[in-house]
Amino acid sequence: MTLRTESSTSTGRIGDSPQRPDATLKVTGQFAYSSDLWMEGMLWGSTLRSPHPYARIRSIDIAPALAMAGVQAVLTADDVPGINAYGLDHPDQPVLAEDVVRYQGEPVALVAADHPEVARLAAERIVVDYEQLTPITDAMTAVGHVDWNTPGRTGVPSLHPDGNLVRHVKIRTGDPDPKADVVIIGEYDVGMQDQAFLGPESGLAVPAEDGGIDLYVATQWLHVDQKQICAALGLGPDKVRLTLAGVGGAFGGREDLSMHVHACLLAIHTGKPVKIVYNRAESFLGHVHRHPARMRYEHGVRRDGTIVYVHATIYLDGGAYASSTPAVVANAATMGIGPYDVPNVRMDCYGAYTNNPPCGAMRGFGTVQAAYAYEAQLDRIAAELGLDPVGVRCRNALHEGSRVPTGQLVDSAAPVVELLHRVEALPLPPPVDPSRLDLREQPGGVSNTTHGEGVRRGVGYAVAFKNVGFSEGFDDYSTARVRLEIVGGEPVVTVYTAAAEVGQGLVTVEQQIVRTELGVEKVVLAPADTRVGNGGSTSASRQTYVTGGALKAACEAVRAEVFDVAQRCYGRMVRGLRLVDGKVVSDTEGGIGSLADLLADTVVERTVEWRHRPTYPLDPETGQADAHVQYAFAAHRAVVDVDTELGLVKVVALDCVQDVGRAINPQAVRGQIYGGSVQGLGLAVMEEIVVTDGLVRNASFTDYLIPTILDVPPMRVELLEYADPHAPYGLRGVGEPPTISSGPAILSALRQATRQPLTHIPVHPDHLIGGPVALTNPE
Amino acid sequence: MEFLTPMGWDEALAMKADRPDALPLAGGTDVMVELNLTAHRPAALLDLTRIPELRTWSTTANEHIRLGAGVTYRQVIDELADQLPGLAMAARTVGSPQIRNRGTVGGNLGAASPAGDSHPPLLAVGAQIEVSSKTRGSRLIPIDEFFTGVKRNALAPDELIAAAVIPTARGPQQFSKIGTRNAMVIAVCSFALALDAHTEVVGTGIGSAAPTPIRADEAERYLTEVLQGLRLWRRRSPLPESVVRRFAELVAEAAAPIDDVRGTAVYRRHALSVLARRTLTWAWDEYWATGQSAA
Repeated sequence: MTLRTESSTSTGRIGDSPQRPDATLKVTGQFAYSSDLWMEGMLWGSTLRSPHPYARIRSIDIAPALAMAGVQAVLTADDVPGINAYGLDHPDQPVLAEDVVRYQGEPVALVAADHPEVARLAAERIVVDYEQLTPITDAMTAVGHVDWNTPGRTGVPSLHPDGNLVRHVKIRTGDPDPKADVVIIGEYDVGMQDQAFLGPESGLAVPAEDGGIDLYVATQWLHVDQKQICAALGLGPDKVRLTLAGVGGAFGGREDLSMHVHACLLAIHTGKPVKIVYNRAESFLGHVHRHPARMRYEHGVRRDGTIVYVHATIYLDGGAYASSTPAVVANAATMGIGPYDVPNVRMDCYGAYTNNPPCGAMRGFGTVQAAYAYEAQLDRIAAELGLDPVGVRCRNALHEGSRVPTGQLVDSAAPVVELLHRVEALPLPPPVDPSRLDLREQPGGVSNTTHGEGVRRGVGYAVAFKNVGFSEGFDDYSTARVRLEIVGGEPVVTVYTAAAEVGQGLVTVEQQIVRTELGVEKVVLAPADTRVGNGGSTSASRQTYVTGGALKAACEAVRAEVFDVAQRCYGRMVRGLRLVDGKVVSDTEGGIGSLADLLADTVVERTVEWRHRPTYPLDPETGQADAHVQYAFAAHRAVVDVDTELGLVKVVALDCVQDVGRAINPQAVRGQIYGGSVQGLGLAVMEEIVVTDGLVRNASFTDYLIPTILDVPPMRVELLEYADPHAPYGLRGVGEPPTISSGPAILSALRQATRQPLTHIPVHPDHLIGGPVALTNPE
Repeated sequence: MEFLTPMGWDEALAMKADRPDALPLAGGTDVMVELNLTAHRPAALLDLTRIPELRTWSTTANEHIRLGAGVTYRQVIDELADQLPGLAMAARTVGSPQIRNRGTVGGNLGAASPAGDSHPPLLAVGAQIEVSSKTRGSRLIPIDEFFTGVKRNALAPDELIAAAVIPTARGPQQFSKIGTRNAMVIAVCSFALALDAHTEVVGTGIGSAAPTPIRADEAERYLTEVLQGLRLWRRRSPLPESVVRRFAELVAEAAAPIDDVRGTAVYRRHALSVLARRTLTWAWDEYWATGQSAA
């Protein structure tokens, strides 16, 4: 942390909270999102989607669509010039369906027309003759299991050539047949959460004179998109160029392709720019969701609350295509015991193909579901043994130096106990004052359902445990190019990276890192595009770590070159050189000269590809490996008021303490914690895509509810900064942990208030009042 | 799609007579969502926002409020909370501030959704809906006869809603709505209650628990009879618990709910009984307390 000791008059360095470069545009409504893209003479694309979750396509008649005035192209699978398959893990998903559709909403045909309404109407006129098939809608059934972890079901049709099992991760450690004083068994299921980003899938594909294509699109990872688009179009990477368009939120839902290839196909076919924008209903069908999970956990404990063993089985419903299911399965398995030190573990986690909507990445990535189970189990252990819930967690907590069930050593801070103690020590909200009724403080809010009748308060705790960065030996790197030059007598740094700003504030952090490393105030961020090398994914809480690491390294390379230039000018070696406020300064000899004078016309540019330390694949039988880069922890305490007669909830407080290693931008870090906590709250009490027989029943913000300001309490947030020696600046990824623990803490509080088991997430009013009727039941 | 922009009420009626397939548009908070989300495309939109008289309300000779069809929820909340407390409470539960600034009671009636928040309080006070056509002039439709099916109302194709004619409150009113979040939510079910201390009659309205908004007739009759029979209006004493419970049961029995994505029939019935019990308790406590302080 020597950087903090440098004296500088500049602000906006690391540890500061400078304003975002896009702040004014965003708050004044002038920021251009991908849905705002426009080009003279452009066409509008529309997508015809399957109405059925599983059907054979007998025939497609595009003639009625082609006959419409204004229609420029109608394309089907036959028009895909390259490989008609894509996917993040392996290419199993067709760009356009060929002979079969495997989920409701699967793209079947495309239309380009000179007006969006014409394109939509034309798509409706395409006649598809479907032979409907019986959908498989349950993950356990899909993989042929008759009971938890028990094969034996035969005759289940295979949705893909290699069967319906996408991945099975096994973790085996310790005694396979351990003995415990008390055994606690719980079954839990988590519904399908949507990322609910506000900016719908959209982009503009522009055909180029060289036969290539320029695609402007909102995404989380330009280069992985580019690779998949190239394969589908049969073009090389030099012909498929991507530029990041304004991203209106992502949360994992933009890791997979959506309209990317479709717009390119239409643009190449028509020779004109083509824009596609999904509406809200289409967006719900047009991106992957969080995997629904069914989980069975068995905890064996000693009477003092020490966990002896955990046996766990998890089924994740991956839906129709693999997407990132294999990695989500590994995450759920390896993180699925939680931040607890358990000597004997048997974990089986399955990812299945079904005919439900495809599921893939979403903030928390497999750990969110497991956290609901392991934290509920911890509360049950405490209740069964008459122990304090925080005490039981502390007794079993991971520490630095512990080994997780994969055998990996926790080799940096793991302050689980301190997080819990700190969040427990935060002041509790006062009880509602019955003499001063404010409906906004009551469950049900201004809907005026209670004036205090039936309301009971509960308090609950939970801890998040998340891996940061890509795991299991993935070559996870970022590229950054830094260019320093003198413009108008002033030093200016331009940063080139393909890393996607999706709203989280990477652009701010990039400027802070450059200002810190190079002492230059003016930092220009070039548009993120594929002309610079791979920036890796904006996911897994990794961009500040990995792109930040690349940028830091590139700055260091530039700085070394500048010092060379300075010493050449000075005529000899100088010790203790630093860059401060646009000047080269020596600790021993004072000012050497301004960058403007030293560099003059010299441009210093360096490009660095930067990797975090390597990770390794899981042993297929035991799951043993140093599979992860870094672990992150957060603890939440939730206070809820529940109307126990109506089953309505008011979350009164949702406080969080998180170890962030180093807060590069404290305001942005807190923003991540607030937002992540609310996204977790949403899953706990309201957010669920309801799917019945493979059909989505609430593809709108009318019926897919996300929290409003009246559902969100004021939050106390405390940051711990225990530097990780392996990470740039000691930082720890921050984006995901709060999403993991906030919901389980709320569930814990709700159970305390209602005395109901609440094994389905999100809770429904029926469950909270102890009613027998659940909206969705597993088959 | 044609966009018709009448500048006055007569012109609007003429256009509607000429184009009965034109969909009236006021705040657009329902119509525009439908247009954006579904493939439904009306042949024409009839924009009623340029007709100033629709946006006003007035008090009639017999103590009714004539609420122009273009009066927004915001206006109801700000200007009519004393005269129409039940409707104002319902208006507070509609959408977000932006929606309340644009959305209108007339639009709610036009859409005639079983979940419309205005409907239960209008049912509870026995409002009448004033509708007009170019050729036949105006008529008043009792609110009980206004809702004819799921998202259907009693308007003839050439008619427009001019106003709602609503008795001003002569006793406590309440409105409660169940939603699975604490704001901006469509009713899972809702309940309105109006106590008329002059006529000693009880009115109710139920939302989102039948194909149309409905009254709980039996519950109204029961409570009206009990309150009169036991002379409770004059005695201003607390309600016997058994009366509150029976009233709540009858409200729940009046509903004909279904299971849908927003909730189950079982839950809706249960919740209505709780809302009926609580709203009656609040309303009667208010009546009783006002009497205490007046006495």
